[in-house]
Amino acid sequence: MRDNACIVGIGESAYTRDAESPASVLSNQLRAATNAIADAGLETSRIDCLIPSQYGPSTEELAANLGIASLRFATTVHMGGAAAVTSVQTAAMAVTSGYADYALVVTGWNGYSATRTRNVLASNTSVIPGGDIARDYYMPYGLTVPAQWYALIARRHMHEFGTTAEQLGAIALAMRRHAQLNGRAVMRERAMTIEDYLASPVIAHPYRLFDCCLETDGAAAVVVTSAERAHDLAQPPVRVLGAASAHPYPADDITNRRDIFETGLTRAAPRAFAMADIDPADVDFAQIYDCFTFEVLQQIEEAGFCARGEGGAFVEGGRIELGGDLPVNTHGGLLSEAHVLGMNHVVEAVRQLRGGCGERQVPDAEVGVVTGWGDFGDGSIAVLGR
Amino acid sequence: MTNDRTDDYAKPLPAQDGLAKQFYAWCKRGDLRFQRCSGCDAWRHVPREMCALCGSFEWTWERSSGRGAVFSWTTVARPMHPAFANDVPYAPVVVEMEEGVRLVSEVLDCSPDELQIGMPVALAFDHVTPDVTLPKFRRA
Repeated sequence: MRDNACIVGIGESAYTRDAESPASVLSNQLRAATNAIADAGLETSRIDCLIPSQYGPSTEELAANLGIASLRFATTVHMGGAAAVTSVQTAAMAVTSGYADYALVVTGWNGYSATRTRNVLASNTSVIPGGDIARDYYMPYGLTVPAQWYALIARRHMHEFGTTAEQLGAIALAMRRHAQLNGRAVMRERAMTIEDYLASPVIAHPYRLFDCCLETDGAAAVVVTSAERAHDLAQPPVRVLGAASAHPYPADDITNRRDIFETGLTRAAPRAFAMADIDPADVDFAQIYDCFTFEVLQQIEEAGFCARGEGGAFVEGGRIELGGDLPVNTHGGLLSEAHVLGMNHVVEAVRQLRGGCGERQVPDAEVGVVTGWGDFGDGSIAVLGR
Repeated sequence: MTNDRTDDYAKPLPAQDGLAKQFYAWCKRGDLRFQRCSGCDAWRHVPREMCALCGSFEWTWERSSGRGAVFSWTTVARPMHPAFANDVPYAPVVVEMEEGVRLVSEVLDCSPDELQIGMPVALAFDHVTPDVTLPKFRRA
């Protein structure tokens, strides 16, 4: 992308686990949206493109509340947890092609007080793209939720490459340590040791409780515009150097892939790095969609940070912690900050590239990567630079 | 297997609709059949309207050998669906059939901690309701 799109505003709601008096999804998304617009130094009326999440209020509802009278382009990406990054990509396409000037991308849900994934899928599989397949061929055998689907792949990885529980634990520990440096993180002041990790109850082997992301309420948003417009705004722009999205094949059945480890990211990552003209070795940090620990390891491999099968060794020894070769999820991720469907990863990447992360700042961060993982392995990636 | 849980079977069942209806109708007759493309002879599962390899819309339902091997599994220790609450720990398995297709199933005579990748298994039908028979497996 020669004329890069830029992320010029970031905003979040509070991240909470409050079943007594939760804010509504709409309220949280509006907080995140108005925070992002204010951060950019924009008048709300300038927003002419809206890309809301598939889980939550519609474009119409958000625009009515925000007071956006005239949208030139609105769409929603249906890729589950991969959608946040793909939505940023879509926004970049809109503002660099001339179809819109200022795009607002907003994501959030009440994953704690309302939308427990397990309950949604138990009653309605149509929320996932392979919904009929899950209903007819998975659910009758008690294969009902993402932890169980992905555990099938994790098990194969352990079998083929010798990946260990301790290596998955190293990922959980890294996220938890980073969360201790983040005042917004739900798991701040909840330090974890490898003994704690190994003692946590099994959910769907090889996943223990601490391999699984949090269930939280909250929303996050970003504003995207062209490089030309970005320079007139309040914050130093963060450039979208490259972005790509892809699906595994077949995307609607997680069991019948010739190569069981090939996900959307396998195909998307080389395209994004080529577009950015960046080598994975030159990336200063990565915010990787961490629905479960193994998916971090798998995405590290499939994005090309190491070869397939080497992810277990890659995550050991503090290599993915602050101060390591590739700090991953410096905010604590979905595992220890909050589950905002990955938009918190985009927000944190922007914050790192602005140099505004305080004691968890990656020194001199110039290039960062954000990934998304959704449904049966849809993938997305953005390479961002300051 | 005989079935003594006709009225209280609460687990999710496949929809009796479209290609799934055909697949499970064969199972009810005691036959595990997969689609086989009439254009290029490729076996396929899950059932689909056309062959993704050669583009043919023509297929036949061909009998499986019923033999396969465990490709992967997960041991569910904490039920995420209320109908499976009394089954934990249980293990959904992926079986790779001799024909090359894989299907999610269960190995009936094997506790989760005895499962192994590559373990040979053979077909065993489970008549879970008067209308629905699920293909499951036993150790071969």
